[in-house]
Amino acid sequence: MALDKIQMNLLKEVANLESVPEGAYNIRSNGKLESRNCTENIEIVTKKDKPGIDIIIRPGTKNERVDIPVILTQTGLNDLVYNDFYIGEGADVLVVAGCGIHNAGDKDSEHDGIHSFHVGKNARLKYIEKHYGEGDGNGSRILNPTTIVEIDENGYMEMETAQIKGVDSTYRLTKAVLKDKATLVIHEKIMTHGKQTATTEFHVDLNGKNSGTHVVSRSVAKGDSHQKFISCVNGNNLCNGHTECDAIIMDNGKVTAVPEITANDENASLIHEAAIGKIAGEQLIKLMTLGLTEKEAEEEIINGFLK
Amino acid sequence: MLELKNISFSAENDEGKKEIIHNVSLKLNERFIALTGPNGGGKSTLAKIIAGIYTPTDGQIIFDGIDITGKSITERARMGISFGFQQPVRFKGITVQDLINLATGKKLSVAQICDYLSDVGLCAREYINREVNASLSGGELKRIEIAMVMARGTKLTIFDEPEAGIDLWSFSNLISVFEKMYEKKGGTILIISHQERILNIADRIIVIANGEIVKDGKKEDVLDGLLTAKTCAALTDKM
Repeated sequence: MALDKIQMNLLKEVANLESVPEGAYNIRSNGKLESRNCTENIEIVTKKDKPGIDIIIRPGTKNERVDIPVILTQTGLNDLVYNDFYIGEGADVLVVAGCGIHNAGDKDSEHDGIHSFHVGKNARLKYIEKHYGEGDGNGSRILNPTTIVEIDENGYMEMETAQIKGVDSTYRLTKAVLKDKATLVIHEKIMTHGKQTATTEFHVDLNGKNSGTHVVSRSVAKGDSHQKFISCVNGNNLCNGHTECDAIIMDNGKVTAVPEITANDENASLIHEAAIGKIAGEQLIKLMTLGLTEKEAEEEIINGFLK
Repeated sequence: MLELKNISFSAENDEGKKEIIHNVSLKLNERFIALTGPNGGGKSTLAKIIAGIYTPTDGQIIFDGIDITGKSITERARMGISFGFQQPVRFKGITVQDLINLATGKKLSVAQICDYLSDVGLCAREYINREVNASLSGGELKRIEIAMVMARGTKLTIFDEPEAGIDLWSFSNLISVFEKMYEKKGGTILIISHQERILNIADRIIVIANGEIVKDGKKEDVLDGLLTAKTCAALTDKM
């Protein structure tokens, strides 16, 4: 693989990869395919009509993973990509995606990934997505991911997203439609600092009988950063929906939580919880009585909160 | 070990400034000292002044010959003062294991953590990875708090009403925990308590009321007086 040191570091940050992954993968670097590997059960095909790939996972595939990291080191690049995932019936797989931007220049670098997941009947999918930015240029690092999810009968999808460092601006949109007995669990972690902004928007339609969702966001807003969390859950059948926004604000950080839960069926049960506030003084004092300085205590509390 | 010289403490409330501790002087050297007295008498305030959580308006605190009056909570903790909260604090995402590691400043093995947790009647396997959040009951939190303070094994350990919230777990266990602490590390344990069984194992009992020391002496001398003190008839009838 002809990746340089900076690119390798980005790969490590977003995909925890030190070398070429085992199994199926597709590495995209500066808007182009860097390398790819398909396996017997997992096929990756370049799209013909637009930039992006189709990832086709055979029905019944168990305990396999697909890595699809994207790295950007070229300043001023605006990379738009469409990735479609087809998770076959009864499959149980892990998909690890991530985008790392190193912008050392003065122009903005942007990656907009539009991911569509088609989770088949009785299939289980765990999707991990990590965003990371670095580089000392004046150009912004922008990531705007869109995730479209369809979960078929009795399918299960768990989505873990993390954006802890260095992304100047994010607009994340996630839309999901669930059929009978389908479940969607989302855990989002965000930390913003400086003048960063992050908006995340979730729309979940619980169309199926006994479908359910948990949308949980934990975030920390430091410096002059601003975050907005919008969660819309529509209960259109006998279903369970739960959304939770838990945020710590520090310095001049600002967080807005906008819940919208709609029960369109009398058997829908929906809950929204939101808590925003600074670190409790007694938490700091407790850790200080264990010998930590105020700053160390603050770090431990935030690390734990975003763990 | 610890000396309080003419400590006073005032706090602002709706009615203006109120003095909560009036000119308290104490020397603490014994193995096991109990601080007791009516609610609102100033016991917890005094303990928090020793730990550095409150700053006295007047007076001096000497710990092992060093004036610590101006020292922070962190500095006092590092010098060897531990404080077990009456109402333990909850942390989202921080586990029991994390807290015990932070308390000792080391990465302990599961067996070592098990040693501390079993002393307070908790099974490590069940608790080590639990988050110290709202999913734990008040009693569980209290035991973890005691285990944490115990794991630090400092020269001076202050417990603010350790018996409060201890559910279904006998006081004899609690007392044996205190005895074990002394055997292991030596040092002084200062316990704020209303419980006769805890007062009963103390070498010395100090009674604080209205911000002043009203009684101070050996257990035998103080305890008898406390237990025979007159209680109002309406209350004794119901008891």
